[in-house]
Amino acid sequence: MSHSTAEAPQGDLSALISEHSGGEGPLLPILHAIQAAYGHIPQAAIPVIADALNLTKAEVHGVVTFYHDFREKPAGRHVIKLCRAEACQSVGGAELGERVLARLGLDWGGTTANGAVTVEPVYCLGLCACGPAAMVDGKVVGRVDDARMAKILTEAGA
Amino acid sequence: MKIYIPRDAAAKALGADEVASAVATEAAKRGLDVQIIRNGTRGMIWLEPLVEVDDARGRHAFGPVAPADVPALLDGKLESLGAVEDIPFFARQTRLTFARCGLIDPLSLSDYEAHGGLAGLRRALGMAPGEIVAEVTASGLRGRGGAGFPTGIKWKTVAEATADRKYIVCNADEGDSGTFADRMIMEGDPFTLIEGMAIAGVGTGATKGYVYIRSEYPDAIAVMEAAIRIARVSGLLGASVLGSGHPFDMEVRVGAGAYVCGEETSLLNSLEGKRGIVRAKPPLPALEGLFGKPTVVNNVLSLATVPVIFEKGAAHYAGFGLGRSKGTMPIQIAGNVKHGGLFETAFGMPLSDLVIDIAGGTASGRPVKAVQVGGPLGAYIPVSQFDTPFGYEEFDQKGGLIGHAGIVVFDDTADMLKMARFAMAFCAVESCGKCTPCRIGSVRGVETIDRIAAGDPAATVILTDLCDTMRDGSLCALGGFTPFPVMSALRHFPDDFARRKEAAE
Repeated sequence: MSHSTAEAPQGDLSALISEHSGGEGPLLPILHAIQAAYGHIPQAAIPVIADALNLTKAEVHGVVTFYHDFREKPAGRHVIKLCRAEACQSVGGAELGERVLARLGLDWGGTTANGAVTVEPVYCLGLCACGPAAMVDGKVVGRVDDARMAKILTEAGA
Repeated sequence: MKIYIPRDAAAKALGADEVASAVATEAAKRGLDVQIIRNGTRGMIWLEPLVEVDDARGRHAFGPVAPADVPALLDGKLESLGAVEDIPFFARQTRLTFARCGLIDPLSLSDYEAHGGLAGLRRALGMAPGEIVAEVTASGLRGRGGAGFPTGIKWKTVAEATADRKYIVCNADEGDSGTFADRMIMEGDPFTLIEGMAIAGVGTGATKGYVYIRSEYPDAIAVMEAAIRIARVSGLLGASVLGSGHPFDMEVRVGAGAYVCGEETSLLNSLEGKRGIVRAKPPLPALEGLFGKPTVVNNVLSLATVPVIFEKGAAHYAGFGLGRSKGTMPIQIAGNVKHGGLFETAFGMPLSDLVIDIAGGTASGRPVKAVQVGGPLGAYIPVSQFDTPFGYEEFDQKGGLIGHAGIVVFDDTADMLKMARFAMAFCAVESCGKCTPCRIGSVRGVETIDRIAAGDPAATVILTDLCDTMRDGSLCALGGFTPFPVMSALRHFPDDFARRKEAAE
């Protein structure tokens, strides 16, 4: 998942917004489209969205910051989501997560210094009968052990 | 020759895509005429990737299959599991909601119809709206999302409301750990959900449906979107459902990682493009729901069960079950288990049968310590209560809930104080912030459990009192039910809370 880190050009933003603004309750679809295009929700996008939807900037900011998915800064080149929920904990998920963070010297949500990998928590991927579970750049991985994780991290260039 | 290789996320997570490409490559090498069908999962996750070969001898299963096994598979040298229907885990089930899941190509409408699909909708289209609602009521179907509210009564309220626009909202924000049935049915039999929503629309006079799917389920989102496109092209959705004159269309909306949006009023706010803050009830969503209009909010499994109720009749469905828990429940067996997966059965099976006989105990081979039933807001049930039959009232009496029917098994290495702390910490992360008992209580809960862990005996009393406040004073189930896992851990596993005190002394 490689993203441009450049701030959003106004023209593209308006196109993304108008593509979705005709539907009912369009704010979440618009934010998803912007994050898919830019890798995050650029600060500059907030007033443009607010203007298009006749909302205040505070309302848009409130929505962006309420949901865990929306990032205010770009992530690393690869995003690894590790499940921290109960079913994965029952098969060693919590310890696996701690080892990954320790190996990379990160806290949850952190990005490696070389910008290769961001590690994020996720609460359930629906892979509860084959945990510990992870999602690497949108691709699901089950029964993750240390060897599997080492391979994932090496391939991601962490 | 047809070869079925699941496209289900759990099968993919265990290598199904790699197996599918190996089958394509090896079949080409051998000059074999093979049609690869990416079906849903049959629900036996420990056997995934479970490949079925359909040849002159019928359909027989192999699994788990690794890419390296594919040459032997195609050369007929791999040992077969036999027919899926004969595998004990599968043979003991009663599959109504999941009858087609894994059997058919999820995106073939003709396959769907050949296996009983659309029969329910066609029957419903010949009925008056009042008769449709009465049929659902007679089936005894209760909300499969967890609350267990009678689906027919909800539909009746919406049907009798007068408005220029009504909505059917499908809650596919399946955030509970240990549950994956919604994901499985959306990936394995999406048309059954579409058909169920169309019946709901015709029965209540709603013309628009939304499926709110969590962003953690990209595979389910892709399959549902593809199925909706097919349904539109074939006239199942649109200005006139199957030529009946009833308009009904639907679309997928994607969540954004907030657990609380699984709560129905929070979900409605999210669909409206707002923060997922819980709304006070009343007004009921059935009267003032999405954009203030009468709205049916039902779980995926409730809506996906509607077609079979209309296909086979309400009495057939109500003939299964126990007491007021009628029909079947797709139980998801997860966590530290030998045989995990989806097990659909009539209500009433004791927990011990599920955990010991069907799941085969723990994957680690160690003794079972506890099972959490009903997701992060469900109670931890000790082995001494394993005789509890699986039903709404039966679990309620034990201070628990069946929720979305996920059961997560833990072996004796589990530290129940740690699990109680996690429940409070999770509530703190996911609280929408509207009500104080949840927003502040969960943070204080973590601190209080840390005090117990540090050996403060007075903290147990405070934790109990705090849990009472959260249970009685929270606006929704997040703050209101977090005390279930916390208090059940404290009550049933006091040693895990006391051991630390002794160590500190």
